[in-house]
Amino acid sequence: MTRHLPLSHLPLALLVVLALLPLGLSDPYLLNALIQTGIFTIGAMSLNLLLGYTGQLSLGHIAFFGIGAYASALTALGFDVELLFGWRVVHEPWPPLAGFVLAVLIAGATGYLVGRLSFRVRGAYFVIVTISFAEVVRLVALNWVELTQGPLALTGIPAMRLGLPGLGEMIFRTKVQNYYLVLAVAALSYLVVARFTRSRFGRAMRGLKENEALALSVGVNATRTLTIAATASAAMAGAAGSLYAHYFRIVDPDVFLFSTTVTMVIMVVSGGKGTLIGPVVGGLIFGLLPVALRPVLAPEAQWIVYGAVLILILFLMPRGIVPKLEALAARRPRAAAAQKPVEAESRP
Amino acid sequence: MTQALQHLLNTLVLGGTYALLGIGLTLIFGIMNVVNFTHGALYTFGAYAAYLACAALGLDFFLALPVAILAGLALGALIELVLLRPLRGSDMDTTMLVMIGAGIILQSGTLWIFGGVAKAIPTPFPDAPLQIGPVSLSWLRVFVFAAALALIAVTYGLINGTRLGRAMRASFQDADTAALMGVNVGFIYTATFAIGSALAAAAGALLGPVYVVFPQMGDLAAVKAFAIVILGGLGSISGATIGGFILALAEEFGAGYVSSGYRDAMGFLIIIAVLLVKPTGLFARAERIG
Repeated sequence: MTRHLPLSHLPLALLVVLALLPLGLSDPYLLNALIQTGIFTIGAMSLNLLLGYTGQLSLGHIAFFGIGAYASALTALGFDVELLFGWRVVHEPWPPLAGFVLAVLIAGATGYLVGRLSFRVRGAYFVIVTISFAEVVRLVALNWVELTQGPLALTGIPAMRLGLPGLGEMIFRTKVQNYYLVLAVAALSYLVVARFTRSRFGRAMRGLKENEALALSVGVNATRTLTIAATASAAMAGAAGSLYAHYFRIVDPDVFLFSTTVTMVIMVVSGGKGTLIGPVVGGLIFGLLPVALRPVLAPEAQWIVYGAVLILILFLMPRGIVPKLEALAARRPRAAAAQKPVEAESRP
Repeated sequence: MTQALQHLLNTLVLGGTYALLGIGLTLIFGIMNVVNFTHGALYTFGAYAAYLACAALGLDFFLALPVAILAGLALGALIELVLLRPLRGSDMDTTMLVMIGAGIILQSGTLWIFGGVAKAIPTPFPDAPLQIGPVSLSWLRVFVFAAALALIAVTYGLINGTRLGRAMRASFQDADTAALMGVNVGFIYTATFAIGSALAAAAGALLGPVYVVFPQMGDLAAVKAFAIVILGGLGSISGATIGGFILALAEEFGAGYVSSGYRDAMGFLIIIAVLLVKPTGLFARAERIG
């Protein structure tokens, strides 16, 4: 029992360490890297819901992140656009919290629509349709200048504010404040994914991943299950996008870059797709790797390392770091065979 | 009317290189079942190979194309031997991700070596364009079109008229049976990936002088190749040829009559529309190669 402690308590231990970290850390560069890592780790967790639990490789995931960022920014900044036939839409600025909620809802709704349409195809076709979707969204963000300012970017996005009844208002302006905000949302996302994957839907999702024909034969509605997973995944990515917008206070069409999707895929695959803690482990490694490499290597060379590490991980431990560690931990104590069901839960 | 004619002429010229790009990608998918995410990087590689041949080695402009093709062949064979051969039999997602990793390495490597500043490939063609009635065309584009058509013809001849092509078609239909009949399927896979890569490199070497050469030029080219291949049906060479011209037509007229900002969106919109309406592609048949 005690010998199993390290892995099953990893999430909580990680949370405690991360929560205490700012006490001994004041370097703004490092803090910034940690916040950014946290935001993209939430993105990776949301991607894991789709890639890890349903087995559908979406390479357009950044679209939902970017839609969340733009939705949140535009809600907080307000806009005035003229649509077809001279129909004008004017929106007065709303509080950032409303932006966060709308980001989640709009990204989720987009995820639902994309899921409904694209789950007609599988495999290579699905991958390519998701890439195309993300690129179309990027081109719209670049060209619909009246709404998005195009390449000039949306600037002056207000910091996140949280009104608490009786306690007044919290404004997340400093790095430490944003750090805790991101950490809280990340922890919440972790719990949501955990709850989601242990539900009936979670079992249906894994059933589809293991054997679609068999899952269908026992009454799993494939399109419905996958669409729900895509909706939840997109909504969570939208939340991460909103955090991004209110932390960096600037959003430009580059948030839709394909390389960011690749980064999130690397985080999920290296950590272990289909495990709860995998994307967090992968996210921390690949989020902080640039920090470690920065003094030694030029940015282009860093990407070469990224590509090489991706290939190496796929060759050496195709299932990821966490399943590999679990396998090692399970091998040592033979008496721990009773722990098997727990492991099956996190490693489908 | 003149404007429409000019657009049509541009479509033909652009379509030739697009077809070349698409054929390389569809060949690899059809025979090896690999979604080649290095295709864009190989296109860039071809353009830089041509640039190096002209600018650094001082070779003749017309020698740059064969240099790029040979370099593409070699790099393609290397990628297949080092990365794909050990992964034979693993699932498609794994090979896709490995190809993405390889693409990142190639692109960042190019950026690292050559820097982000765009390079131009000097051409020996006169500045005055070729006038055909009311429409005009630069001599460079005439050459690019002719070279692309010649390469497409060579590829068709290779696949339909040689022993290697027959073995490739056999491996496409049923790799196991082909192996039983004495086809060295491992060699066929290497050859297929090398040929597909060479075609991408050729397209890069041909379009490099038309536009400029820069490390990210392959991103858009890769997407266009995917659009062409999906349009024509994954694995169909004639489909990719027709798809190349259809994409060029959509881009040329979309940019001319709708909005030039969304020119590059045409490829994506085609992908989405085709997959939603007819996922097998417009020209998919039972036997899809040749």
